[in-house]
Amino acid sequence: MSMEKIFSVAGSALAGQLVRMNTTASNLANSSNTSGSEEEAFKAKRVVFRTLVMDETIGDQTRYAGSIHIQNITEDPTPPPKSYDPGNPSADEDGYVYQSNVNEVSEMVEMTAASRSYQNNIEVINTAKQMMMRTLEVMKA
Amino acid sequence: MLDKLYGIHENALSLKARRMEVLSNNIANADTPGYKARDVDFQKVLSWQLGAGGLETTHSGHLASPHALDNGQVFTIPYNTSVDGNTVEMGLEQAKFGKAAMEYQATLDFLQGRVTGYKRALKGE
Repeated sequence: MSMEKIFSVAGSALAGQLVRMNTTASNLANSSNTSGSEEEAFKAKRVVFRTLVMDETIGDQTRYAGSIHIQNITEDPTPPPKSYDPGNPSADEDGYVYQSNVNEVSEMVEMTAASRSYQNNIEVINTAKQMMMRTLEVMKA
Repeated sequence: MLDKLYGIHENALSLKARRMEVLSNNIANADTPGYKARDVDFQKVLSWQLGAGGLETTHSGHLASPHALDNGQVFTIPYNTSVDGNTVEMGLEQAKFGKAAMEYQATLDFLQGRVTGYKRALKGE
């Protein structure tokens, strides 16, 4: 029965969107971090998804084609803003601190998009569940 | 005789379940860069399942029918393009999924009608 694939695929999407929401939460939580060098400054993280093109079996679990996987988590390449704050304990020898390059507005947008996608997949699962229940009831008629 | 009990509805039901599966893949991959939205060409697959248009493979050296290779899947042509190459248009996919679910239910109702009919015939009421 192919309906079970829907549960698996939509489930993988739920997991992926949750990771995306977690990443956004982490970005927002670290948005006011400061650091003494450009390399150490907190960079906003972004989740990149990929589609499974063929069924894959890992252990006793089968992941169906079309499921989503997290390919990698990339860092925003925007240079972190630099400000002069010699009183800050993490300032470098010239008195500059590097803030995180997190843009709160785009994080909020990202979070809303992830939660909408999550809801969409929940709806898919609900509909598939109802269809399966109705199919089971055919013989009861 | 038994395999013809449900007529076209048996094939139609599995095809409609598969279409829902393909559409749910699209919804799941709405945020995957480069993903191309797919759909099932109902007319094409149904005519193929009913034995029209498909090639029969009676020998191991025969090439499979093109329908058997793509399972009747077609790429959806998007109304608008997106920067990351993803062609899933969420509103459209949701509408399609809702319609597919409705069609699935309609086929179920037809099937249920058959089951009820046969049961009544067996009881001899």
